[in-house]
Amino acid sequence: MYEFDWSSIPGALPFLWEGMKVSLEITLTAVIFGIAWGTALAMMRLSPLKPLSWFAAGYVNLFRAIPLVMVLLWFFLIVPQLLRSVFALDPNTDVRLTSAMIGFALFESAYYSEIIRAGIQSVPAGQVAAASALGMTYAQSMRLVVLPQAFRNMVPLLLTQAIVLFQDTSLVYVSALADFFGTAYKVGDRDGRLVELLLFAGAVYFVLCLAASQLVRRYQKKLNAHVAH
Amino acid sequence: MSYQWNWGVFLTPAAAGDGSTYLGWMLSGLQVTVALSLSAWVMALALGSLIGVLRTVPNRWLSAIAAGYVELFRNIPLLVQLFIWYFVLPELLPVKLGTWFKQDLDPVTQQFLSAMVCLGFFTSARVCEQVRSGINALPQGQKNAGLALGFTLPQTYRHVLLPMAFRLVVPPLTSEFLNIFKNSAVCSTIGLLELAAQGRQLVDYTAQPYESFIAVTVFYLLINVVVMSLMRVVENRTRVPGYLGGK
Repeated sequence: MYEFDWSSIPGALPFLWEGMKVSLEITLTAVIFGIAWGTALAMMRLSPLKPLSWFAAGYVNLFRAIPLVMVLLWFFLIVPQLLRSVFALDPNTDVRLTSAMIGFALFESAYYSEIIRAGIQSVPAGQVAAASALGMTYAQSMRLVVLPQAFRNMVPLLLTQAIVLFQDTSLVYVSALADFFGTAYKVGDRDGRLVELLLFAGAVYFVLCLAASQLVRRYQKKLNAHVAH
Repeated sequence: MSYQWNWGVFLTPAAAGDGSTYLGWMLSGLQVTVALSLSAWVMALALGSLIGVLRTVPNRWLSAIAAGYVELFRNIPLLVQLFIWYFVLPELLPVKLGTWFKQDLDPVTQQFLSAMVCLGFFTSARVCEQVRSGINALPQGQKNAGLALGFTLPQTYRHVLLPMAFRLVVPPLTSEFLNIFKNSAVCSTIGLLELAAQGRQLVDYTAQPYESFIAVTVFYLLINVVVMSLMRVVENRTRVPGYLGGK
């Protein structure tokens, strides 16, 4: 029978925490930019201007048809070359974190845009009609009437997507970037304790994501109760 | 930037000297991706339906176990699950079984089996949620009617609830089916030579990263288109008249 030896974990906690900070950093940037760019994409998709709506549809469908691993490989290939040619960077600068952030942000914005589009479409058409009857322009009615209502209904879905995104950040493993999972793997490999470190990493992800999704669920219930009254 | 495009690279014989061209490598990767995704999908559909039914039965213990199953597979990243199946499980198996897995099986079979089981369990939790929501979407009266006709609970599920529920959840299952092909790319990390891994290998061998990645991307897009059109046929055939989206 396998004999567990957890002794290499306590000493590695500072490294693992550094790794967790990288994971959280990527998640946070991708959520913020993903929602911002995703909102823009959703509004383009719903816009009456055909070319804009085609562009958004093409973007979203393309990113949703390709595996995230492949998208990340693309960004680890292209972004460093682009950055170096534009900013004349020293070829030894490590731009993997930047590449990962850009890759995740552009990839997730396709998924966010679908959530946001559904949210916008769930606002009754009468609201837009009422806004224009009050003399608001299209942009004003979006900003002051439609989007605030849409976002309130979407918050639980956006947060759930953020939890998925947090789990997906472990895929930066393909670039050997030291996020939480990458660090756990390296420590386990170094000490010959891969079994313990992988189980530990799994447990940490499980506890964090379960707790977060329970909070989202509770928030959703509160929201539903609020809407019902 | 001066990049030398060379699309002819796919037709040149591979440097490994196995008599295949680089295009041959791509196609063998495509085969692995398709075989892996399909076998994992069969597993996910069977397991997911079973657990999905358990989540709706009027037995607190069974539905709690099923709910725990779903939370377990949904809250751990796919990559971590894959590494646990591939690196951890063989160590924890009884010694004989573990040795058989690690020494008697050839590495490709080991990778394929781990990847299939991992994707199967991962996707089954998602299939389970769809099946559950399909069953819950049916009017309460359907189940009562089945029971009132003298069906036992399993018979009610078998003859009344499931035939309807499965037809209702074909569209969401389509997107899970697409996801399993995309998720299979994660399995390149344990060394399984599927499509994405062949693409990376081609970069190392040919130093033509753009052609390789474009080819892999196009293959994934093709898979996507083929699966979507197949599922559209299934959706049309199974659509329930009288429901939203029905005829």
